[in-house]
Amino acid sequence: MAQKAIREYDAKSILAKHWDKYFPDFTYAYETVMVQNGSELAEAAKTKTWLNEKPLVAKPDMLFGKRGKNGLVLFKDEKPGDVSLEKAASWIDEKSSSKQTVYFAFDGDTPTGEPSVDMLTHFIVEPFTPHDQSEEYYISATVVGDEDVLYMSAEGGMEVEEGWEEKVTEVAFPITATEEQIASKIKANIPADVKEEDKENFAKFAIGFFKAYRELNFAYLEINPFVLQGNKVELLDMVAKLDDTAGFMMVDEWGDVEYPTSFGMEEKSPEVMAVEEADAKTGASLKLTLLKPEARIWTMVAGGGASVVYADTIADMAGIEDLANYGEYSGGPTTGETKFYAETLFDLMTREKDPSGRGKVLIIGGAIANFTDVAKTFTGIIQAFENYKDKLKEVDTKIYVRRGGPNYEKGLKDIKEAADRMGLYIEVYGPETHVTDIVRMALEK
Amino acid sequence: MNQLYTKSTQAIFWNNNKTAIQRMLDYDYTIKRETPSVAGIVAPTSGNKFEKFFWGGDEIMIPLYKSTAEAKEAQPQADVLLNFASFRTAYDVTMEALEIGGFSSMMITAEGIPERLARGMNAKARELGVTVIGPATVGAITPGAFKVANIGGTIENIINSKLHRAGSCGLVTRSGGLFNELSNIIAINADGIAEGVAIGGDRFVGSVFIDNLLRMEKNPEVKYMILLGEVGGTEEYKVIEAIKDGRITKPIIAWCIGTIAKYYDSGVQFGHAGASANGEMETAEYKNNAMAEAGIHVPATFNDLPAKIKEVFESLNLDPIPEPEINIVPKVRRPKQFICTISDDRGEEATYAGFPISSVATPDTGKGIGDVISLLWFKKQYPKWATEFIETVIKTVADHGPAVSGAHNAKVTARAGKSVVESLVTGLLTIGPRFGGAIDGAAQYFKYADDNDLDPKAFLKYMKGEGVPIPGIGHRIKSLKNPDLRVTGLMKFAEENFPATPLLDYAKTVEALTTSKKENLILNVDGTIGILMVDMWRALGYSEEEINEFIASGTLNSFFIVGRTIGFIGHVLDEKRLAMPMYRHPMDDILYDVQKAEKIG
Repeated sequence: MAQKAIREYDAKSILAKHWDKYFPDFTYAYETVMVQNGSELAEAAKTKTWLNEKPLVAKPDMLFGKRGKNGLVLFKDEKPGDVSLEKAASWIDEKSSSKQTVYFAFDGDTPTGEPSVDMLTHFIVEPFTPHDQSEEYYISATVVGDEDVLYMSAEGGMEVEEGWEEKVTEVAFPITATEEQIASKIKANIPADVKEEDKENFAKFAIGFFKAYRELNFAYLEINPFVLQGNKVELLDMVAKLDDTAGFMMVDEWGDVEYPTSFGMEEKSPEVMAVEEADAKTGASLKLTLLKPEARIWTMVAGGGASVVYADTIADMAGIEDLANYGEYSGGPTTGETKFYAETLFDLMTREKDPSGRGKVLIIGGAIANFTDVAKTFTGIIQAFENYKDKLKEVDTKIYVRRGGPNYEKGLKDIKEAADRMGLYIEVYGPETHVTDIVRMALEK
Repeated sequence: MNQLYTKSTQAIFWNNNKTAIQRMLDYDYTIKRETPSVAGIVAPTSGNKFEKFFWGGDEIMIPLYKSTAEAKEAQPQADVLLNFASFRTAYDVTMEALEIGGFSSMMITAEGIPERLARGMNAKARELGVTVIGPATVGAITPGAFKVANIGGTIENIINSKLHRAGSCGLVTRSGGLFNELSNIIAINADGIAEGVAIGGDRFVGSVFIDNLLRMEKNPEVKYMILLGEVGGTEEYKVIEAIKDGRITKPIIAWCIGTIAKYYDSGVQFGHAGASANGEMETAEYKNNAMAEAGIHVPATFNDLPAKIKEVFESLNLDPIPEPEINIVPKVRRPKQFICTISDDRGEEATYAGFPISSVATPDTGKGIGDVISLLWFKKQYPKWATEFIETVIKTVADHGPAVSGAHNAKVTARAGKSVVESLVTGLLTIGPRFGGAIDGAAQYFKYADDNDLDPKAFLKYMKGEGVPIPGIGHRIKSLKNPDLRVTGLMKFAEENFPATPLLDYAKTVEALTTSKKENLILNVDGTIGILMVDMWRALGYSEEEINEFIASGTLNSFFIVGRTIGFIGHVLDEKRLAMPMYRHPMDDILYDVQKAEKIG
């Protein structure tokens, strides 16, 4: 996926790094640290004196919002603005010691929808900033269709989220808009209820913000709220996504940024990580998502489009409860890469028998390849068969193959001969059979 | 244009992707195109001038260029750019080509171009009216006319899928792999496709479904259209709009893949980068329903698509399409070891650059040795003044007496009893930087000075820095007052016959300066020849780069070699006639200074 969420801390760090370029008229203290536990916070305080000197705010930095409503923002001990370093450290240790329940949606203060339950592992700690609600503003930018859209509001925080339609001014720009066009359009569209004395500064800030969003290749950038106190700016809360395809041009601009998994999402299994690692090293494409590893139908499909139609067809004909994985290999992987990918799948699919006693189904599918050499990739699959034939038989695997493209006759012949020789159940089809028809055949058995 | 490509469309292929290019040429050969669909290849890091490819069982050469600009200049008729640069450079390549202009469409294969760059590039192309296919695509095809790179796969598959001749379907897909699959399905269940485009899998692609379908709507070859969409995005709704407002009237069969996505949260990325639903409207199911409501033929599932195609196709009652004759690409092909581009002895009569020998040999043809040289050395028909100049040069340099080192060597060898050829090559082997080489040197340095606008003073200073005397300047005895009549003759010929002599004019200003220092520092015969050759080539329309290449490859020296061969042979024959004995150099003409070798180490 091209657009990837980053932590609030990283978003602030990126803006801070380029602050003078985009916001030369404003100051931002960039007093912020990210820690995983209380002792890391104590350690940070040795170099960042403000941690000792100022009252603090602490909150998880794990890609989810509504932290206040989830009771996960520490800003008071006895009264607002009295959180000490020790208090913040002990609170972080407490919150990170057991699984926390987090709701992503609220109706008023009542949580709605299913919560996620997971450990909190990353926290952001900043000084407590006393300010008026009236000083809080909202700004964000993202791509909608083919255009960049800037959203601005005179009200920040939860106010804006609850009254989006009335309170937010939207300004859209084509990709070809010049800096002058952008600046004048923003100036002309500053929300009417921004305080009169702040209007000029708000416009300056918004222009810099939108320029930073564009030039630093953010896919989404939101500050909610930011506080304008003359020329002093506080970024109280930020959400950001980067276009990670721009990573090769943004090495210096972004610095060391990580793309964490969302809170509550299952950690990636070592097998999936291994496939991702292999994918990163090759010009070909290797993708694997585990949907339900105990399910009986496994797919090893070539091609981004074909993999989707196989998944669609299995969901239609068998139901998703039978679909174990989603993935694809394409772009002419080597024999070795294909073998590795196949072995990863075979290893996962042979770990447990189907609880209801049915055999497993392995769909080795694919459309008619444009340039991938079918015989070469099938050699990799055959090598994987050699290593997993006994295990595949143990879970009573039936294999269905359908493929076309360069050298497909040889590929199909080889895989059929090899499976027969090893005593694996196999049915093999070429381009004369409709691409997904093997799913029907497999299910009718 | 209502059709992406025609049978005469030619492309510039950016990146020397030999397999893909060979696939295109195999396709060309199969469908009996007259010209290869790839006119030139941009290979910035290659030192080669061309790449060999098979054309059926034969081989052809496709020129290589260092840059898109160079390729476009040499192949202005090629109006398709096939951009096979990596995701790091594909943007720059596209933008440069848009800047250069003259392209009607561009295909970009790289996946994962930064989104902002892709959007900028697509917008720029749209503004200029250039159709962009991709990024992240396998391309497009107009069957029977032009095929992009790998689309359609192997030649066997192309014929099986009837992609070698126009059918009646307009096909648009996102995925490249499924494009092939659909072509196959359409060949089995209908009569093949008239034009097909895989628009690409990235989130921001240049031409989208609607752009391609609107073009196909106007293309009379297209009788109905098939659209294979994907979960994510709202492009399908633009098609629905076009049907509603009557811009599209031809029947459409459509399906969006990715119906499974609704079962999973957004954490699972199905298929391409562009395939992710933001909101219900972008789900495959919602889009399939919306399209069905708009009157598009939508099957119940992807598995039912073939039957739907058959049903719609049969309802159109189209005339059957005649199967054209095709060439069969041989299964076994051997690359040729040698290439010849100047002459051919395979026909009735051997030819020099396409001209039978008899058409240039006898006096009544009006052709001289200069014409033969222009054909065999330059593969061009030079005008009279130029061939006469070449002949003048050859005559001028034919001999310079027995004392010069080359002639002396030839004579010594002949006297040792060796044959004409052995004696001749001994003389020829003497030709080099010190003997005869001033022609090359003069052309090179004077051209350098002229190209860099060095005034005579600066040129002299530059040569001083190089540490060499100016080649082509200076004579043992001749001076301005006592001119070398060979030089006078050459200059007079040039003055009367050359359209212009800019380099000679410049050289004369240099001569004015050098002779003011020393009287015999005149432009000598070597210098005059070298300089006038450059002027000749300039007047004939060669580029500065081509002329530099002539100089670097030793072409100027070649005139000297041809001319002086006449003289050397004369000296050798002279020795044979005279039957002179073996030559031994007199010992008193040698200074002997031999020390006893010391032991070292």
